[in-house]
Amino acid sequence: MRSEIVWMIVGMGLVTYVPRVLPFFLFKGKELPSFVQGVLKNVPSATLGALIFPGIFYINEDIWFGILGAAIAFIAAYFGANVIIVVLGSIAFLSLYSFIM
Amino acid sequence: MNKTQSEFRKGFQSGVSIAIGYAPVALTFGLLAKTTGLSFGETVLMSLIVYAGASQYISLSLLTLGTGIFEIILTTFIVNIRHFLMSAALNEKCEEDQLVNKAVYSFGITDETFSVAAMRDDTVTTGYMFGLNLISYMSWVICSGIGFLLGASLPQTLQESMSIALYAMFIGLLVPSMKKSVKVVCLAALAACFNTIFSLTNALSTGWAIVIATLLSAVIIELMEGVKNKQRGSKGEK
Repeated sequence: MRSEIVWMIVGMGLVTYVPRVLPFFLFKGKELPSFVQGVLKNVPSATLGALIFPGIFYINEDIWFGILGAAIAFIAAYFGANVIIVVLGSIAFLSLYSFIM
Repeated sequence: MNKTQSEFRKGFQSGVSIAIGYAPVALTFGLLAKTTGLSFGETVLMSLIVYAGASQYISLSLLTLGTGIFEIILTTFIVNIRHFLMSAALNEKCEEDQLVNKAVYSFGITDETFSVAAMRDDTVTTGYMFGLNLISYMSWVICSGIGFLLGASLPQTLQESMSIALYAMFIGLLVPSMKKSVKVVCLAALAACFNTIFSLTNALSTGWAIVIATLLSAVIIELMEGVKNKQRGSKGEK
């Protein structure tokens, strides 16, 4: 292993770990203002929205790939399917789609 | 089986979708790392130490471009700063525990593990986080190594179909909460709109776009709810 690359990896690891761990130290045992608490409670749902869009349109040159996959996932999840079933179902459907196309 | 063990197991099971979703991404990373000229050891070391997909991909393309190490590290920091927001949110939801345990499991916080943990109905316990992290981390590291060694990813069709996996998981996590609460629908939709605008206008880098879109949506919806509650409160007084 080249030491230059190893240092780069260590540096990358450090700057990735610090944002991951810092909040647990900064906010330990602190009662944050209720508005901030409310905002933080909103973060998971909002993050999911931002993680899905617009990325899902870019997974394939064929934009329908993402749209159809998302639709199948949405329908499966809406009717109460377990997350794993949602994932495997979308994969299976898209395999079929690319096989037919 | 004691409580910690059963929580660990639940976490491990919740991580199965993540492990499936990581596989094709990590296999491709291993393959690309090899073409970029990294050694097997360097490839696995990066997945072991950095453990953040997007920034690992970016570092490869920057290496190819001959970018300096300092700039690569800086870019990594910017791409991964969004985890700060996720950890802050998770800190509100996780069980009280020694800081050292949190310091260990916070290493495993990614977009995916965060989403799974944060959307959980029950309290996020330390055991749960360890189980969830372990299966996800193993998939990422092992598949990076396999991708390098095989020098090939999955068959084209399967690879393409599997690219939906993590998105399908995000949808699978979001939809049940959307059914229960209009607020969740608004939060996700607003953040999605902001992120799409940022992406289409190239206004912000991807790392910042997600952070700003999430924060804007979370703050706006919280403010609106505050106003609504106040109105309701003043009506109640009359």
